[in-house]
Parts: sequence; structure tokens; C-alpha cells
Amino acid sequence: MNIIVCIKQVIDPEAPPASFKIDATTNSVVLPADIPPVIDPYSEYALEAALKLKDTYGGKITAISLGNKLIREVIKKPLSMGADELILLEDEAFADADIWSTAYPLTMAIIKIDEYDLILCGRQSADRDAGQVGSGIAEILDLPSITLARKIDISGDKALVERVTNDGYEIIETTLPAMITISNEIGEPRYPTIRGIMAAKKKEPTVWKPADIDIDPSQAGAAGRRSRLVKLLKPVYESKCEIIDGETPEEAAVNLAEKLRQEKLL
Amino acid sequence: MVEYKGIMVLAESADGRLANIARELLGCGRKLADDLDEELSAVILGDGVAGLAQEAIACGADKIYIADNPFLKDYRTESYTNAMEEIVKQVMPRILLLGQTSIGRDLAPGLAFRLGTSATTDCIELTIDADSGQLLQTKPVYGGNAMATFTSDCYPQIAAVRPKVYSAPEPDNSRQGEVIAIDTGPESTANRTRVVDKVSRVKEGIRLEDAAVVVTGGRGIGSAEGFKQLEELADLLGGAIGATRPPCDNGWIQNSAQIGLTGKIIAPDFYMAIALSGSSQHISGCSGARNIIAINKDVEANIFNVARFGIVGDWKKVIPAFTEKARELLAE
Ligand SMILES: Cc1cc2nc3c(=O)[nH]c(=O)nc-3n(C[C@H](O)[C@H](O)[C@H](O)COP(=O)(O)OP(=O)(O)OC[C@H]3O[C@@H](n4cnc5c(N)ncnc54)[C@H](O)[C@@H]3O)c2cc1C
Ligand SMILES: Nc1ncnc2c1ncn2[C@@H]1O[C@H](COP(=O)(O)O)[C@@H](O)[C@H]1O
Repeated sequence: MNIIVCIKQVIDPEAPPASFKIDATTNSVVLPADIPPVIDPYSEYALEAALKLKDTYGGKITAISLGNKLIREVIKKPLSMGADELILLEDEAFADADIWSTAYPLTMAIIKIDEYDLILCGRQSADRDAGQVGSGIAEILDLPSITLARKIDISGDKALVERVTNDGYEIIETTLPAMITISNEIGEPRYPTIRGIMAAKKKEPTVWKPADIDIDPSQAGAAGRRSRLVKLLKPVYESKCEIIDGETPEEAAVNLAEKLRQEKLL
Repeated sequence: MVEYKGIMVLAESADGRLANIARELLGCGRKLADDLDEELSAVILGDGVAGLAQEAIACGADKIYIADNPFLKDYRTESYTNAMEEIVKQVMPRILLLGQTSIGRDLAPGLAFRLGTSATTDCIELTIDADSGQLLQTKPVYGGNAMATFTSDCYPQIAAVRPKVYSAPEPDNSRQGEVIAIDTGPESTANRTRVVDKVSRVKEGIRLEDAAVVVTGGRGIGSAEGFKQLEELADLLGGAIGATRPPCDNGWIQNSAQIGLTGKIIAPDFYMAIALSGSSQHISGCSGARNIIAINKDVEANIFNVARFGIVGDWKKVIPAFTEKARELLAE
């Protein structure tokens, strides 16, 4: 089993909402100085799915990440979790990418890697929340695409994939190679082991520039976008919460029920 | 240069009718079409779906493209992408709307790549830019911490729209429209994937998406037994039970109860948020609720910023007393 996993570096999505700031003049997010970026959580679920497959069927896991100025302590986490190789598409030309200028270079890198049975992505990245890059890669490579997987089994030259649906899941059989996006139902990503951390320290990622994957800088980053960001705003929520008190929690509860009755909500 | 013109909606069906999302999209599409003074068309794909055309016309469509084909009975990524590619290339719409549903969220991105254009998923607002005529597509990003508005110079502009954002129009059965049968050909039947089985995990009762009352528990509930107590309250109020992600990940409740950006998006009248902090990813799925009632022991919890009423306290003490009093009041 040769598995390629796409891993993104993102601003920490679980940082307190109050720490999130936008620069309205540039329509961009002000990176918080005191909260380091992390691996996109769904990329991490995708890596966990790959590690589970490797546990059962053996093989090699190659992680690839596209970005600019990727932070080594952050982006090397896949290696410490058990990935065999890490490839970075890292260059100024890759900055400010949209879905297209992310999926296209990633696909060109996958073509260069050449040997793969599965390509795994997260169901959506925690900053863009798009859920598109995986399907885009599958489309360019003309591979079968399955989104929102919660379990993958291999049988012979096929994979059996449980795909999350509205009310449960469906089991889908696909030929290989295939692209699959992974949902959190796959199970919590494992922690890096001490051995993994030591191994990751010694291992340097391979860095590829646009020329290394045979693409023109005009197809990467801001230049290669097919969508345009017009505006970025913080949503405003009305915050007029009326706190219902009482001598005891039980009394507050009774007061709340009565209040809701008065308001005809109960 | 070829001209892209008109608005097209992919109208999903459910149980032999147009799905709610299809009617919502037709309502939204009608408005956009009127703003541009162009046509609204609907695409209906499936097996034995010809009868749905009239309903789509009543909801605002001028033209219906129907591909009635046994091979399109169930959604499959490849056959639907092939069929949609063919229809879009024939009709050349300026804008294509899909629902942010199990189907739309899977189909829109690949279709956009196939057509060389871009798509925006999970849109919560669509407007036409008066100067350029382009579609402005607003969606939550950064887990709901921000709203981004995108547009594109590539056509068709594709948007997957979140359910429940637009209301379905009152059907007008006197409306007239044209129905065009499309033969998507054998090409659209090719699938390298096959559905082996479908497993439903939802209990009988009110669907979470449709419930007027939702009682939701967070990580602070702590156990499956805790959720049993919330279920009792939900039953009493005639509502459904929901959860944040941690209780689902921990198996205290089925995954299909998850509410939020990556779970169900709901807009009930009455939303009881118990022992959950109110992360942006969670709020993103319930901010459409009209009355949020928060129970949390931490006065600083973000959920109080969106709630209408709240109690600062331990749910284990609050909920039994609340349930008892509510039972008493409801019996009156
Ligand atoms: C890309 C992405 C997508 C995500 N999608 C979703 C999603 O769709 N839905 C979702 O819910 N999450 C989602 N998450 C996770 C989300 O970021 C939060 O981690 C999650 O919502 C937190 O759940 P919680 O509020 O239940 O837990 P916590 O944040 O841990 O809050 C628990 C709360 O319970 C309170 N509490 C504890 N004990 C008691 C008690 N006895 N009585 C009263 N109060 C008590 C605490 O004060 C605290 O406020 C997503 C995350 C990412 C990165
Ligand atoms: N810059 C990137 N580098 C590597 N993988 C990415 C990148 N952007 C997106 N992905 C992958 O695509 C998934 C979905 O991202 P998106 O379509 O942006 O929501 C992520 O979870 C990653 O697996």
C-alpha cells in the first residue's frame, strides 16, 4: 500500500474565538503572535487513516504539504506520527493559493511521486472550510473519488469505504488507485511516539519548487487563482443574554422554566 | 465568445417529491434570475422523476431539464458529474446552484474542476454584483470565525448553498414552463465505485433538521447516561437531541446527532445548549436558532454571547429541576 496524504498548515482553529482578528484593509487574518499554527485537524485525521491502513497492510506513507514559510516544528508532525516521507511544495510562488492553485500543484507533485494506491485528504481544511481540494485532485488525475470516509478496508485490488451520510453511512467499493477524503469518525489521530519524534528530528523534508513539479509560477499561488476574495468579515452576534438567577441551581432552573413559559417558549 | 446565460439549479428529490433544498434553491435562483433579467432552469436527475417537473415550475423555474434514467437512480459521483457536465455544456448557464447536501457538497467541487471553473461550498448568502453581474458568494470560513465573500471570473459560477438559509416559495400552480428531456447517454453511466450497502443509524422520531425544539449536550455532559437525561427532556418538549462533536467522538451518542460546521446545520425555534462552550464551529451550525438557552457552569463560556437566556451552573443540578418544572407547566 503506497499512500499519499495531503497535509495543510493552518491557524489554530481551536484558539479562543476572541483571539481571532481580521485586518479589514487587506481582507486577511491577523496571525496571533502567541498562538502557533497547527496541522489542519482533518489533515491529521487523513494521516491517521493512512497509519491505520499501514498498521494492517504495511506500505509507505508520503505526506505532502503546500505553502510558504512552513514552520518546521509544526509541519514535521506527520513524520513524528509515523509517515515515511515528507514533501513540501514550499515557495513564495505558492502563497495565497485558492482551491485551484492548491489542487493543481499538489496533483503535479503526486504525478511526480508516481507510485500510489491511495490519496487521502481531510474532509475540509480548518481555515478555508471548503472541502474541495481532494475532489479536485481526483478530477485532474481522473481517479474515483469518495468523500467523508469513516473507515477504509482493502480487499485485493479494491477498497471498501464507509462514507458518512446524513443518517448513518454507506459502504462503497472502489477500484484503486482512488482519492478518499477523511472525516473525524475515522477516530482520534494518534500521538507522536518518542521514537517517532526522534526519527522526525533527524529527517529533513524534501522541498520542491514550481520548476521541480513542472509547473509555471502563473499556475501557482495568487497568480493561479480562479476565485477572488472580495471581502472578509467577522460575524456579529447579538449578545443580550439574560442570566436567570436563584438561591440554588435548582431554583434558577425553576425560574428559567417559568420565564420561558411567560415568553411562550415552553 | 460563447455566452453564459441564466441561472440553473440542481433540484434534488426526496421520497418522490422535490427535496426542501430544491425548493429553497428555486426561490433563491428566481430572485437572482429576476435581478439579472434572465431565465431560471432546474435540472432533475433520477429514475422516474418526470412527475417533478411541474412542482419545479410552480416553485419558479422557467425551464426543466430532466434526465430520467435508471442509471441515475442513486447518486454516484462519477455518473452525476458526467451527466451534469453534459447538461451544463449544452445549456451554458451563468450560475449553477446546488445544495450543501450529501450530494451537492460531493458533486460541486469535482464538477467545477471538470468544467475548469471554481465553486464555493457552504454558501449562506448569494447576491448579484450590480456592476459586473457576477455572483457574490458568502460563506463561513475559519470555522465560522469569519465570513468570506468570493466571486470568480470563470463560468459557470458554481455555489453549493446551505439548507434552510433561503425559504421555499409558495408554489404557484398556474405558472407555465418548458420541460426538456435530456439523454445523458451511456457515458454518464460509467462508475468505478459501487454502493454495497447503506446503514441508517437514526432512531425513529423527529428528524433533527426539522425539529422546532433541539436539546443539545456538550463535552460537559460526560457520559451516555447523561445524554439519556437530555433525551428525556427532549421527549418532554417534543424535540430532538443534538450534540457537539466530543460526545459523538466519545460514543455517548450517535454521530448523526452532531451539530455544527461539519455536522448538521439547524435552525430551530428553541435551542437548549447544555454544557458546551460555544466554539465557532458549533455555533456555525446553530446560529440560525431563534432562541438559544444556555446552561454552563462557566460564566465566561462563549455560548452566553449568542444565547437569549442562560443559567450559570452545574447542569446535573439544573436539568432535573428544569425538567420537573417544565413537566408541571406543560401539564397545566
Ligand atoms: C474543522 C473543525 C470542524 C469542527 N466541526 C465541529 C462541529 O461541526 N460541531 C462541533 O460541535 N464541534 C466541531 N468542532 C470542534 C470544536 O472546535 C470544539 O472542539 C467543540 O465544539 C467543543 O465541544 P464542547 O463545547 O462540547 O466542549 P468544550 O469546549 O470542552 O466545552 C465544554 C463546556 O462544558 C462546560 N461544563 C463542563 N461541565 C459542566 C457541568 N457539569 N455543568 C455545566 N457546564 C459544564 C464547560 O464550562 C465548557 O464550557 C470542529 C473543529 C474543527 C477544527
Ligand atoms: N495547502 C495544502 N497542502 C496540503 N494539503 C492541502 C492543502 N490545502 C488543502 N489540503 C488538503 O485538502 C483537504 C481539504 O481542504 P479544502 O478543500 O481547502 O477544504 C485538507 O484537509 C488537506 O488534506
